[in-house]
Amino acid sequence: MGMTNQVDASPVIEVEQLTVRFGRTVALDDVTGRFSGRSIGLLGPNGAGKTTLIHTLLGFYQPTVGSARIFGHDMRRANKEARSLVGYMPERDSFIAGMSAVRYVTLMAELAGLPGQTALERAHEALYFVGLGESRYRPLETYSLGMKQRAKLAQALVHGPRLLFLDEPTNGLDPPARERMIRLIKDIVDTGEVHVLLSSHLLRDVEECCEEVLILKDGRIARYCNLEAERRANRKFLELELTGDVDAYVEAVRGLGCEAARQGRRSLKVVLGPELEIRALFELADRHGVQIRHLDYKKDSLQDIFLKAMDLDPSTPVAAGLINADGTTGGADGRL
Amino acid sequence: MAVFERTYRRYTGDRTALESRPFVLTRYAFKDVFRSRFVVAVFALSFLVPLIGAVLIYAFNNMGALAEMGFELPEMLEANATFFEAIVGWQGRFAFLLALIIGPGLVSRDLVNNALPLYLARPLDRVGYVVGKMAVLGILLSVTTWIPALFLFIMQSSYAGVGWAVENIRIAGAMVGGAVLWIVLLSLLALAMSAWVKWRTVGAFLMFMIFAAGGLFALMANGLFSSTWGYVMDLGQLMKIVFAGLLGTPAPDGPPMLVAMITLTAFMAVCVFLLDRKIRAYEVVG
Repeated sequence: MGMTNQVDASPVIEVEQLTVRFGRTVALDDVTGRFSGRSIGLLGPNGAGKTTLIHTLLGFYQPTVGSARIFGHDMRRANKEARSLVGYMPERDSFIAGMSAVRYVTLMAELAGLPGQTALERAHEALYFVGLGESRYRPLETYSLGMKQRAKLAQALVHGPRLLFLDEPTNGLDPPARERMIRLIKDIVDTGEVHVLLSSHLLRDVEECCEEVLILKDGRIARYCNLEAERRANRKFLELELTGDVDAYVEAVRGLGCEAARQGRRSLKVVLGPELEIRALFELADRHGVQIRHLDYKKDSLQDIFLKAMDLDPSTPVAAGLINADGTTGGADGRL
Repeated sequence: MAVFERTYRRYTGDRTALESRPFVLTRYAFKDVFRSRFVVAVFALSFLVPLIGAVLIYAFNNMGALAEMGFELPEMLEANATFFEAIVGWQGRFAFLLALIIGPGLVSRDLVNNALPLYLARPLDRVGYVVGKMAVLGILLSVTTWIPALFLFIMQSSYAGVGWAVENIRIAGAMVGGAVLWIVLLSLLALAMSAWVKWRTVGAFLMFMIFAAGGLFALMANGLFSSTWGYVMDLGQLMKIVFAGLLGTPAPDGPPMLVAMITLTAFMAVCVFLLDRKIRAYEVVG
């Protein structure tokens, strides 16, 4: 009984000096942390170690050094106990050809330990929940990409896990299908019955679904924070749109002791120094013959948090390459 | 049709025993296997030889009664080790055929569709997965080989008496032992082929070629070196040597039984190694 209490009181995920190497490649490097958020977004550029972390937590890879625990169950010694508490939605297509959705989800429920009849009942419920109720008897290979994604989500939650790993759940989905998937994830999170670890290239997905964000870089934790707390704690930014000699103006603003970052040719983000009023920016603009065409307050976005974690100035070309126009991370060519 | 608003809810009910999980895979695989009429036909046909065996055992033990009914049978056969060796030999061929048809599709389908991460993310390890898949062949080939053979042995014992059964208990042990070895060999080979060659037909062809080409090379080596040691390459012949050794019947041409056993064990170890390399949630290129 004491053990149960101890496990229940444990953080959802706990990693200690976790290192995973594949040959000479270090995928995770001395990662330590305790994560207990209801919904955690896992971010990082390609090769940062996101998928390796999820796979290690699922017991697919053995840690080279260190340990990983899920609800207090060590993945080396008690990985079956740990895995009975988790659901996993993989990034790639994973199904069994020739199977109907309901048979597929029932099989997965039975493998997770549900008795046959209960597994069948919950498979029907899970498929209704993800919106595949009407097509649950159709073979999986006839499903569209969006339907396959939802079938994968159904199999991940059919056995009622306490922790759900979602690896790129909106990958390749068109906007309506993406919206639908995001709504489902939010519904799951809102029930309060399950913790969600969402790995995504789409900052918007994480921003919409997650309370906390874990950012990995080069196999290490670059940042772990509560998004709401971070937004509250952050100083307010000013977003300016300018015409005229912007370069000289930026230098002058920095000269006032403000942080200033270029956002393209005419846009500027400024964090005012403690003693300064906005009026000072207008006076400076007047002196430099610059027009302030637009001024707005903007709180730190996830994009800013992400780029800061990457140690990048948002105005630099490297940062521009790291965040694509569609809000994905990693750059169009998948490299930093 | 009414559409109900449903929401996510945790499952807090009973769970099945961890040890029973691999056999969920077995159960589902059986349903798929017996969807094929061809498999059903071959499986049904495999009972023909035991049926003939049962008729013969009845005849051996009821010569007098049959003669009275006008059936004159030559008294040339008896239910001895050679008789049971022939029965198990035939059943072994059917087992090979079934393994050839069913085996190569067991794992390849999961690998082609990336289903392994889904299985292995559940409380099921790689050994459990292989056990679950092997059990499909294990059960099916047992029903084809040693179970009918043992049934015939019991039938003969019921006619000939407990004394005969005790005297020939080695036959029963050899039939079970030999058949189990054959089943394990076939299952491991079929699964290894299934894991490495994702195309089912090619997997079956390769599996057949391992036996056929092995036999051919064995004959060539025997001819070349004027020896019978070439049979170390012929898995079928090695099995015959082991089975004859277990039964105590004259050994067929080839290396001694111990060498045959060691060779078969080494071959099975290679199959296990091949499975270990492929049965993973994700392959890692280090």
